[in-house]
Amino acid sequence: MSQRNRIDGGQIDRAQVLKFTFDGKSFEGHAGDTLASALLANGVRLMGRSFKYHRPRGPLTAGSEEPNALVELRSGARQEPNTRATTAELFEGLEAQSQNRLGYLKFDLLAINDRLSNFLTAGFYYKTFMWPAAFWEKLYEPIIRRAAGLGSLSQQDDPDVYDKGFLHCDLLVIGAGPAGLMAALTAGRAGADVILADDDFRMGGRLNSEMLNIGEASGADWVAATLAELASLPNVRLLPRTTVIGAFDHGIYGAVERVSDHLAVPKDGKPRQILWRIYAKKTVLAAGAIERPIAFENNDRPGIMTASALRSYANRFGVAVNKRAAVFTNNDDGHRTARDLYAKGVKITVIDTRPDAPKSLDYEVLAGAQVVDTKGRLGLTFVDVRLADDTNRTLECGALGVSGGWNPNVHLTCHQRGRPTWNEALSAFVPGDLPADMTVAGAAMGNLSTHGALVGGAKAAQDALDLKTRLPKTPKAEDAPVNITPFWYVQGCKRAWLDQQNDVTVKDVKLSHQEGFRSVEHLKRYTTLGMATDQGKTANMGGLAMMAELAGKTIPEVGTTIFRPPYTPVAIGAFGGRHRGQEFHPKRLTPSHKWAEEQGAVFVETGNWLRAQWFPQPGETTWRESVDREVLATRGSVGVCDVTTLGKVDVQGSDAAMFLNKVYCNGFAKLPVGKTRYGLMLREDGIAMDDGTAARLAEDHFVVTTTTANALPVYRHMEFVRQCLMPDADVQLISTTEAWAQFAVAGPNSRNVLKKIVDQDISNDAFPFMACANITVCGGLRARLFRISFSGELAYEIAVPMTYGDALIRRIMKEGAEFDIVPYGTEALGVMRIEKGHATANELNGTTTAQNLSMGRMVSTKKDSIGAVLSRREGLNMDGDLRQVGIKPVDPNDKVPAGAHLMNADGPVDAAHDQGYATSACYSPILGHHIALGFLKDGSNRMGEQMRLVSPLTGVDVQVEICSAHFVDPEGERLRA
Amino acid sequence: MIINHPLLGPRDSSEFTYMGDARLIDRPDPDASDAAQAFFDYGYLRDNPAGWHEELWFHEAGDRSWLVVTRNTVTHEISKVELARDVARARGRST
Repeated sequence: MSQRNRIDGGQIDRAQVLKFTFDGKSFEGHAGDTLASALLANGVRLMGRSFKYHRPRGPLTAGSEEPNALVELRSGARQEPNTRATTAELFEGLEAQSQNRLGYLKFDLLAINDRLSNFLTAGFYYKTFMWPAAFWEKLYEPIIRRAAGLGSLSQQDDPDVYDKGFLHCDLLVIGAGPAGLMAALTAGRAGADVILADDDFRMGGRLNSEMLNIGEASGADWVAATLAELASLPNVRLLPRTTVIGAFDHGIYGAVERVSDHLAVPKDGKPRQILWRIYAKKTVLAAGAIERPIAFENNDRPGIMTASALRSYANRFGVAVNKRAAVFTNNDDGHRTARDLYAKGVKITVIDTRPDAPKSLDYEVLAGAQVVDTKGRLGLTFVDVRLADDTNRTLECGALGVSGGWNPNVHLTCHQRGRPTWNEALSAFVPGDLPADMTVAGAAMGNLSTHGALVGGAKAAQDALDLKTRLPKTPKAEDAPVNITPFWYVQGCKRAWLDQQNDVTVKDVKLSHQEGFRSVEHLKRYTTLGMATDQGKTANMGGLAMMAELAGKTIPEVGTTIFRPPYTPVAIGAFGGRHRGQEFHPKRLTPSHKWAEEQGAVFVETGNWLRAQWFPQPGETTWRESVDREVLATRGSVGVCDVTTLGKVDVQGSDAAMFLNKVYCNGFAKLPVGKTRYGLMLREDGIAMDDGTAARLAEDHFVVTTTTANALPVYRHMEFVRQCLMPDADVQLISTTEAWAQFAVAGPNSRNVLKKIVDQDISNDAFPFMACANITVCGGLRARLFRISFSGELAYEIAVPMTYGDALIRRIMKEGAEFDIVPYGTEALGVMRIEKGHATANELNGTTTAQNLSMGRMVSTKKDSIGAVLSRREGLNMDGDLRQVGIKPVDPNDKVPAGAHLMNADGPVDAAHDQGYATSACYSPILGHHIALGFLKDGSNRMGEQMRLVSPLTGVDVQVEICSAHFVDPEGERLRA
Repeated sequence: MIINHPLLGPRDSSEFTYMGDARLIDRPDPDASDAAQAFFDYGYLRDNPAGWHEELWFHEAGDRSWLVVTRNTVTHEISKVELARDVARARGRST
């Protein structure tokens, strides 16, 4: 019979029948069901296998604290492992699979682990797989991963979109049970901006699962009416299906909204989930409480669950897990389950540990009794009870509700180092130190009655918002006291589960104590208690209580482990949001990008920029062919390269020159207007930071360039010097990297090309090497021209406002056609700078000084600059320090790879005899062999020396000769031509 | 965290870049006889207190102000936010 365990009542829509499958078998449920409730309605209690022992398991709870009923949902790319069946909302066509089994769910081959449990106790990883070490990676780990894995991944890209959003509010209310609803209502009516978030798809909290009235209305009706009023208030935002996962600094909360998890496929344009960052002025935490189980022998069989879960399935979902049920309790709330189930026609027996248990006229109460064992291979069939008189009795039942008391959900109060405090009357931890701006209400605060929650919620909102109005009248509601006698585990039990998800038993905790792992943090890590995806929400208290007893301490003396976000597991996709693939980081395009694409350029990422790496021509089959051609054509006639990505900082003010004198180690005060100078910046510790040029366009106006990679940090550093060290200097900075499109035009014909574009006279006399000027191009467009050269050729850099960059590159190519102009990319740029011996990031690598770079004399002694004092310290000025050199192979066919180390031609090859290393390497088409730049001890005095360049790791051992770093035009005649 | 920028009001800390101890404002006198030692202290010897700490934060994704933020490194409570430039002037820095 379909849905044979379905009973009357509940908040499901019986008119809507939803078909779904579990392990390939078809079932029916209703709208409003979870996967777990629908399966239970169909008589399916077995939903998974346990982590370590592969024990048959069913749901322990009816909520997000679920340790057992983890399933895989959907198929194909949307397959999602480790989803809690107790929160998965049923939809038409849902496909679910059990996981962590080898073979069938009902006959799992790895159930053999259960028989081997004596070997699989606490710390068995550490004890069993010690030796031999080599076996770990190849043998032990794959086996363990196979046996103890959870669900499996689809191995396909997630087709759905995840989003991130930001929300602000006066009051964030976490949890929409009676306390949260009253808090939101009180604040909403007072006009505050309120966000009410609840992790369930149906707001109302426990009111959905109880038969309690509020005023004259049923709990569910009161919830509906309250939600209707809240929804009508424009200042209230309701966020169902939203879990607040963490409480962060200064009133910032993280929350995951499962926008489309309850649909087969997200609606058009809708994300699957949204990760909200909520900025809340005040917060009311009304997260409720979680019922905790009691440990007894074989307490993990399908059909055994918390008493409140049994009640939820009956009252909210219209499911009697079994027609014969029992309740095992140490407190009065367990009897509420018995009453509700009895009213729904379930045959019920209560086993209460307390000799003075409340009696009932309707059903049997076994006072002073305990459940000592259970039976049923794939689901509960019998429980063995030890009665008050020490005789045993066996009860036949298919469902057992266990109630060990309620734990307030203190998690979010502890995310900022807060520690909960022990409440003796509740036998539970309640919130202690709270984050600033947080108030706690209802069951989360330990007010476990409905009345307490309603009043507490209203008051919390009033306190949080400092409302002076009278407390709103709260409707009449249940106000039962908490009667509990602590009872954690049945004496003598061994295979009694504390943490069902990580398979931690009473025996494991005893072993941990015996072996000296006694602090809670050690206990947790040694036994893995509470380390599963449910973070021990139903497990930790039992473990703590046992540890306290074994250590002869009180529970508060033992204390809790630290609660950390997220409250429930969050998909990595939600954290990633839209930052996936191409959108992982912003993409910056150069002004010539469109043109370069048209030329078929190959692009490379440099920082966030996409730059042309080379421009392949028809017939060229390797990148080297293209790069060699670009270098030869540029050195032979003329080439053009987009250099917009270099950082540009505009420096203006009457103290601009003084400012640059401070940030550059070399002098700038005397740089004439119309001239450019190379500048080297040091860090304050004397190490080189960055280099570039500063062009003086006016007395009070410089344009500074930085390397592409350091554009941001150098600008930050310059602002630090300006604001923190020279606060009164008259100087202003602004980054203009993206304001100017800049091209290097290099080669003997560069002037001939630019003459056709620049409106002014740029002859060698009028515009000599290192000149700079504001100019116009193409008959009036404002532009800047710098006669600087990175390639070592006669060269210019020409800049126009960004929007004209595309037009300018097309114009340069057109005017250069008669000189066979070529575009060149970053590779050719790199080759030419290595040939010329110019340093870049490979040489300015954060360990090198001006002296190492053979620029020690640049550090002015006539003035103070950042890094000057420490650059002169002894340790950076030793005889035999590294100096920049050139490296060429003795056999011209050999490569001289960067990263390889220089060793003396004779003598040992080891780290102790290291002489230096190669930093940048390339094939030089001009010289016809490979070359490299590098650093060599006492390098300037070792020109012509033959050495070995070695990289034992990659098998490199090349005979090389040390030479000048300036391979091409060492006298600089070309660039002054 | 939220940093209450003196000019722009409360801003999320993700808009800022952190540089640590605000003692970096107190750059030593390079002409003093013990300049080398003073710069060594300045560059390398910093306190790392568990508690109140004056720190430099740069509003990189904002107005590019350097701020001095007085923050408790244990609780992340922020008691004071000033423009670094004002702090530097108050400590006698000029040009």
